[in-house]
Amino acid sequence: MYLSRIFLLLVLACLLLPVLTVLGAWLQADARSAEVLLGMAQTVLPDYALSSLVLCAWVLVGVVGMGTVSAVTVTLFEFRGRRVLEWALLLPLAMPAYVVAYAYTDFLQFSGPAQQWLREQWGLQGRVLPEIRSLWGAACVLALTLYPYVYLLARGALAERATHLMEAARLLGASLPRRIRAVALPLARPAIAAGAALAMMETLADYGVSSYFGVQTFTTGIYKSWLVMEDRLAAAQLSTVLLGVVLVVLLVERRAQSRLRFAGNRAAERAREAQPVRLHGGAQVLAQLLCLVPVLLGFVVPVVLLLHALWTSGDTTDWPWGRFLDWTWNSFRLGLLTALLAAAVASWLAFEARRQPRGPVTWAVQGVGLGYAVPGAVIVVGLLLPVGWVQARWPDWGVGAWVTATLLGLLWAYLVRFVAVALQSVHSGYVRIPISLDESARMLGTPWSRLWRAVHWPLMRRSMAAAVLLVLVDVMKELPATLVLRPFNTDTLAVMAYQLARDERLGEAALPSLALVLVGLIPVMLLSRALRRPDPV
Amino acid sequence: MRSPISIMPHLGALLMAAATLVQLPAAHAQSQDKVLNLYSARHYPTDEALYSQFTQATGIRINRIDADDAGILSRLKAEGSASPADVILLVDAARLWRAEVDGLFLPVKSKVLDASVPATLRAKPTDEGGSAWFGLSTRARVIVFDQRRLKREELDTYEKLASPQFKGQLCIRSGSHPYNLSLFGAMTEHLGPVQTERWLKGLVDNLARPPRGGDTDQIKGVASGECAVALTNTYYLARLMRSNKPDDQAVMAHLGVVFPNQASWGTHVNIAGGGVARHAKHPENAVKFLEYLVSPAAQQHFANGNNEWPVVPGLKLENPALQAMSGGGFKSELVPISAVGMNQFKVQQMLDRVGMK
Repeated sequence: MYLSRIFLLLVLACLLLPVLTVLGAWLQADARSAEVLLGMAQTVLPDYALSSLVLCAWVLVGVVGMGTVSAVTVTLFEFRGRRVLEWALLLPLAMPAYVVAYAYTDFLQFSGPAQQWLREQWGLQGRVLPEIRSLWGAACVLALTLYPYVYLLARGALAERATHLMEAARLLGASLPRRIRAVALPLARPAIAAGAALAMMETLADYGVSSYFGVQTFTTGIYKSWLVMEDRLAAAQLSTVLLGVVLVVLLVERRAQSRLRFAGNRAAERAREAQPVRLHGGAQVLAQLLCLVPVLLGFVVPVVLLLHALWTSGDTTDWPWGRFLDWTWNSFRLGLLTALLAAAVASWLAFEARRQPRGPVTWAVQGVGLGYAVPGAVIVVGLLLPVGWVQARWPDWGVGAWVTATLLGLLWAYLVRFVAVALQSVHSGYVRIPISLDESARMLGTPWSRLWRAVHWPLMRRSMAAAVLLVLVDVMKELPATLVLRPFNTDTLAVMAYQLARDERLGEAALPSLALVLVGLIPVMLLSRALRRPDPV
Repeated sequence: MRSPISIMPHLGALLMAAATLVQLPAAHAQSQDKVLNLYSARHYPTDEALYSQFTQATGIRINRIDADDAGILSRLKAEGSASPADVILLVDAARLWRAEVDGLFLPVKSKVLDASVPATLRAKPTDEGGSAWFGLSTRARVIVFDQRRLKREELDTYEKLASPQFKGQLCIRSGSHPYNLSLFGAMTEHLGPVQTERWLKGLVDNLARPPRGGDTDQIKGVASGECAVALTNTYYLARLMRSNKPDDQAVMAHLGVVFPNQASWGTHVNIAGGGVARHAKHPENAVKFLEYLVSPAAQQHFANGNNEWPVVPGLKLENPALQAMSGGGFKSELVPISAVGMNQFKVQQMLDRVGMK
């Protein structure tokens, strides 16, 4: 018992260490970092904060709008193409946001084919389309790639209970808009909040899209103070502010969830008896369009644009094709390994937090959730600083080499970032298991370990599968930590896509990008399947 | 309800699977003396050939990590004395200087390297002799312009880019990109900080659009009429010039290239270079590798295969694009790298003040 307690504390410490290092930067504040911060505060920081805020606001509107509308449409209505759209709506999850950004920019920028064609066709001069490399462009790209989080969780929540409750409301004479407003949306609200929180955290941590689009966000400021000003303290202090914002986002989300806790385990079975509303004519076309647009813009169009870039400008004759399989395999195995670990850790943490809901463990678990919002490069710094300190203090241990020569450091960084994703999924699973179930089992003398195996696990399998697949997709897209912490000769598809794009060879970068999307499709498809089958009760 | 799955019978299979996924380093055990561990910020697919030729010639296998300069530096600092790195390659002079100051290089005494690399393109010798790092190739930062709209004489210096006549006509990538930071750092040496800040303000006033994209995007901006003048590295320019794709050739059709400040201090060049890592486990192999990189064959590869200027003097250029744009040679500036490196902080603060993104 004590052993597992110590092990739990150890895991929590490992997951919190990079974040704590970031917070610890305030203790070492010196004149130089103060100068950097003050200089930035007087010049650029207000702008950074403002554009981060505006970006978040637009992404929030986008993901909640697209995610909720599509989830409501596919779960409550029956129309032609629904079954295909139901899983197609998840496809943008396989697209790294930076890849979507490359694809659209190449096509839509001033010197790109779209504007050139328009100018030639109508004899126009100058800019014909709005600039894609801008705040709104970044917001669109992020919203299109992040809305599946909301869709996924909202769909899960609605599929379980909404149809039969909607049926009941209909029998009581409520109109369709009223049923959606008064029944479906409140049911989906915790899930929408959870999905939106994930999307917000991704947006705050994003560097790839905003730097490519020249949008100066708070994260840009962190990178600048670290990379250019060579001041890791200032960077860490700025990151603290970011963490503060995320904390607020998470608290708001948790509040939204705790006020609306619907636990019931017989719902899924009954849901299958109720039938969704059948649509015809104009309503059917509208429903199809509402679900088709996010898929088209978030997946089909960027893929076609990448294929086009590959076709017209990609010179792949001198490509090391033999190593392509290596890159793919590396992407996949890193993703799978992390995903299994993350799901295991997350379910354990969630279980412990459930056992002692008001204890320090619960607080620590909340803290772990912060990792997702920390930009990858900041996690790398937060992880490497203490490692470097231990290495300098006890050089004989060789800790420095252990972290980077093996997968240890990389897996560590991944877990710090992505256990939060797994936790969200596991948590949403636990919310649906009434606490009275635990209590009855405990009163009958069931030990905790057996409670988990015999009661929680069978009810949680679907949430666990979702956790594994979500993390798998996320890790395959991850860049900053992979770039810096991977062992020798462990290139991944994301790394190759980035290296080629950095070298401004977008045509060639299209190839690993497409491969990345292709590999990412596998877990996305599985995810969709896993979510369609309800948990056994 | 299903009975809980017992995990024990699956444990063996799980462990096997985990081992495959982790691919423990022990499986890669190899003879220690025929290995070179390379940390490289070079990110060019054409370099593959360069490395495999070295392996063929010497039998030394290269293990490689490619990452960006900043990532490599923080990784090296964390690894400390346990670092497996033998050679560090970076692609920006200021970063080379930073790594030197942070003590990440092991100064090297090599007759071959000293004889091949000019003194201005390597680190200042330490007290014991030997240099921390050596330049291996350079790229010039040049001005490209639309020949239909502007004349060469109007923009033959960097200073002229700030003149009001180019209002709304300048394209540039982010000021915080290392290529621009190095140029601005060198300008600070030539003009002094006050003048440089005024010059930067002039650049901001002349922007056709906020800074964004890479150097290739700036060139395409000029070609498509978005702007009339832009700053770019020769590396990207030469690649477009040598491309046989119709789109790229169209870009080059009306483009003029200026090597600025030929009548004064010379055109700004940035250095890609490398050195032996402080805690190298195979220092002899490391020196061998650096010496190989300044050999005529490797230098020719930098020039011809990757469109960079070789550092070894007297080498005949076989790259038609580099040849054409420079007329065979040009005057490059001589600013101490340490000064450029030290100015970065100051430059970023200036950029923040004048509002260049």
